[in-house]
Amino acid sequence: MASRQNLSHAFEIQGGDFGKAGCVSLEIKEILRDLGIDPAIVRRTAIAAYEAEMNVVMYADSATVMLRLNPQGIKIALDDKGPGIHDIELAMQEGYSTATDQMREMGFGAGMGLPNIKRNADLFELKSTIGKGTSYKIFIDLGSEEKT
Amino acid sequence: MNQSFHSIKVETEKCDGRMKCLRSCPTQAIRIRKGKAVILGEKCIDCGECITACPSGAIVALTDPFGELSKFKHTVAIPSPTLYAQFGRSILPNRILAGLKKLGFDDAFDLAFTCGDTSLAIEHFLDEYQGPKPLIANTCPSVVSLIQVMYPQLVDQFIPIQPPKRLASKEIKERKSEELGLKPEEIGTFYITPCPAKMIAIKQPLFEEECYLDGAISISDIYGPLLSVLESEDQDSYRKSLESICVLGIGWAVAGGMHRTQEMKNVVDVSGIAEIIKTFDDIERGKLQDIDLVVPYSCPQGCVGGSLTVENRYISHNKIMRLLETLEQENIEACRDRREIRERYGQKYFHMKQKYEPRPIQALDEDLGRAIKKRKQKEKIYDSLPRIDCGICGAPTCLAFAEDVVKGEAQSSDCIFNVPKKFQQLTGELSRLLDGFGSFGKDREPQSTHQKKGQKS
Ligand SMILES: Nc1ncnc2c1ncn2[C@@H]1O[C@H](COP(=O)(O)OP(=O)(O)OP(=O)(O)O)[C@@H](O)[C@H]1O
Ligand SMILES: [Mg+2]
Repeated sequence: MASRQNLSHAFEIQGGDFGKAGCVSLEIKEILRDLGIDPAIVRRTAIAAYEAEMNVVMYADSATVMLRLNPQGIKIALDDKGPGIHDIELAMQEGYSTATDQMREMGFGAGMGLPNIKRNADLFELKSTIGKGTSYKIFIDLGSEEKT
Repeated sequence: MNQSFHSIKVETEKCDGRMKCLRSCPTQAIRIRKGKAVILGEKCIDCGECITACPSGAIVALTDPFGELSKFKHTVAIPSPTLYAQFGRSILPNRILAGLKKLGFDDAFDLAFTCGDTSLAIEHFLDEYQGPKPLIANTCPSVVSLIQVMYPQLVDQFIPIQPPKRLASKEIKERKSEELGLKPEEIGTFYITPCPAKMIAIKQPLFEEECYLDGAISISDIYGPLLSVLESEDQDSYRKSLESICVLGIGWAVAGGMHRTQEMKNVVDVSGIAEIIKTFDDIERGKLQDIDLVVPYSCPQGCVGGSLTVENRYISHNKIMRLLETLEQENIEACRDRREIRERYGQKYFHMKQKYEPRPIQALDEDLGRAIKKRKQKEKIYDSLPRIDCGICGAPTCLAFAEDVVKGEAQSSDCIFNVPKKFQQLTGELSRLLDGFGSFGKDREPQSTHQKKGQKS
C-alpha cells in the first residue's frame, strides 16, 4: 500500500558538463509540478537541487541523484565521485568558495550554494570522504505545509 | 475566472490538421483531435505563435471589425507604438494619427506619451524598491500569463505599475466625457494591437475596475486602409512632427527600447518565449539577483515581432532604433513634464490596484497519493513510446501524449507505434475465433511477433 504512494527517480550528472547544468533540477521541478506540490515548496526544492547539481558540475567527476517522494516529504540523495570536501564546516559558511576564476566569471563561486541548500531544505546532511566523493541528503517536508 | 477567455481561435473548417501550430506552441497548449487543431485554454498564453505558424490561416485573433465603431458616439484610436515601427522615420506618428482619423475615428491618441510617463513611473518604483530582485516588467500579457501558469512563485516580482494602454484609455474617457458632455461608456477607445495577447486585458480584464478599453483592431487589418489615406507631408510639417515625438515612449515597441533613454541601467531585455523560459528558470533558482529589472517580450525583437504586424520584425526594430537615434542626436524630448509625473506617481496614479494571482497548471490529480500513481503511469507509458515526437497522435511530444493518456484525454492506441501491437492482438483473437470453426484456421497461427526493442511484454 505504502509503496504505491512512493515515487522514485534516478538521475545522472556529469562533472564539468556546463551545457547540461541545471537539467536535473528542472526535471525534478517538472515532476513536482505534475504532482501539484505547493509552488513555494517546488521552488525551495528546485533551488536546493540546483545548487547541489551545480556543485557536482563544478567540483566533482560524476554523480547519481535519487529523488524519492511520498506524501510525507521529498528526499534528494546525491552521491558524487570526486575530490570530496576537506572541511565541511568551512564549506558550509557563506562566502567560502574554491571556485576558479573562470567559474567566477560565469557567475558562480559566491560561496552561497551550500548555505542556500541549508536555508531551503528542512533537513540537510553533507558527508564527504576525501579522494572518494561527497554525499548530499536533502529532505523537504510535505506533511506540514507551512515552514517558518 | 480569467482562465476562460482567450483571444485566439481555431476556425475549424479552415484547419486541415497540418500540425505546424502543434510544434510552434511554446506551452504545448495545442492538440490535433480528429484532424483539427484544438487549443487547451488552461495552458494557452495567447502569444500568437500558432497564428504565425498556421499555413491555412485557420488560427485567428479575435480582434474587432471596423464596424464596432458605430456603437459609440465618439471614438478614439490608441495605436500601440508598434504601428509607428511599421513606418519608421519616413512616416512619423503625427501623420499616422491623422490617417487614423481619416479612417473614421473621431480622434487618435499618441500612446507613446503614456508609455513615456510609465517609463518614468517605473524608474521611480525601482528607486524606492527594497524587495527581492530582479523585478519583472508586466508589459507583455503573454509573459504575465506565462508567469501565472508556469512560474507562480514569481508573480510578486512584477512591477505593480499599470500598463500604458489602460492608463491612456482611462485618461481619454475622463477628459472626453467632460469636454463633450458624454458618458464614459459612450466613448469608444480602440487599441491598435500588434498581437492577440494584448487583447486579453481588454476582452477579459484581470481586474474589473481596470478595464477601460472597448476594443482592439489588429495592425495587419488597419495597415492597408491606413496606407491609402496617408497624406503627403512637406518638410516643415515633418520637422514639427519629429519635434512632437516622445522619445521615452516610442521605444516601447522594441526589446531594449523601453529604458534606452532612461536612468535605468541595470536592465536585462529578453525576447522570444524560449529565451524567456530560460531566464525565468534562472530567476527561480535565485540567479539574476543583482539585476534590477527584466523586460521580457514574448515575441522576438519585442512587440514589432507580434503576429498581427506587417513589417519584418528585424526591419521594424531597426526603424525604431534609427528614429530613436535621430531624436537623441537632435535632443528632441517632447515628453510630459517630469515633475508632474513624479507628483502623480506620489499620488499612486500609476499603481495597480490589485496583485497578479498565480494560476498554476492542474496537477495530474488533486490527491497527492493518486497524483503519484498517475505520474508513475505517465512515466511507464512514456517508456513504451518511441520518443520521436512525431505528433501523429495529436500531441506535440511523446511526453505530452503520455500525460494526455493518464488524464484520459487520449488513448494509447492513438500512437501509431502501438498499432502493430493492437493488430497482433486482434489477429490473435481472430485466429482463436477461427479455430472454433474447426480445421479452418489451423495453419493460420499468428505470425512472428514484431516486438519493438526495449518493449516490455
Ligand atoms: N560536490 C562537491 N565536491 C567537492 N567540493 C565541493 C562540492 N560541493 C561543494 N564543494 C566545496 O564547497 C565549497 C562551497 O560550496 P558552495 O556551493 O557553498 O559555494 P560555491 O559553489 O563555491 O559557490 P556558489 O554555489 O555560490 O556558486 C565549494 O567552493 C567547494 O570547494
Ligand atoms: Mg555551489
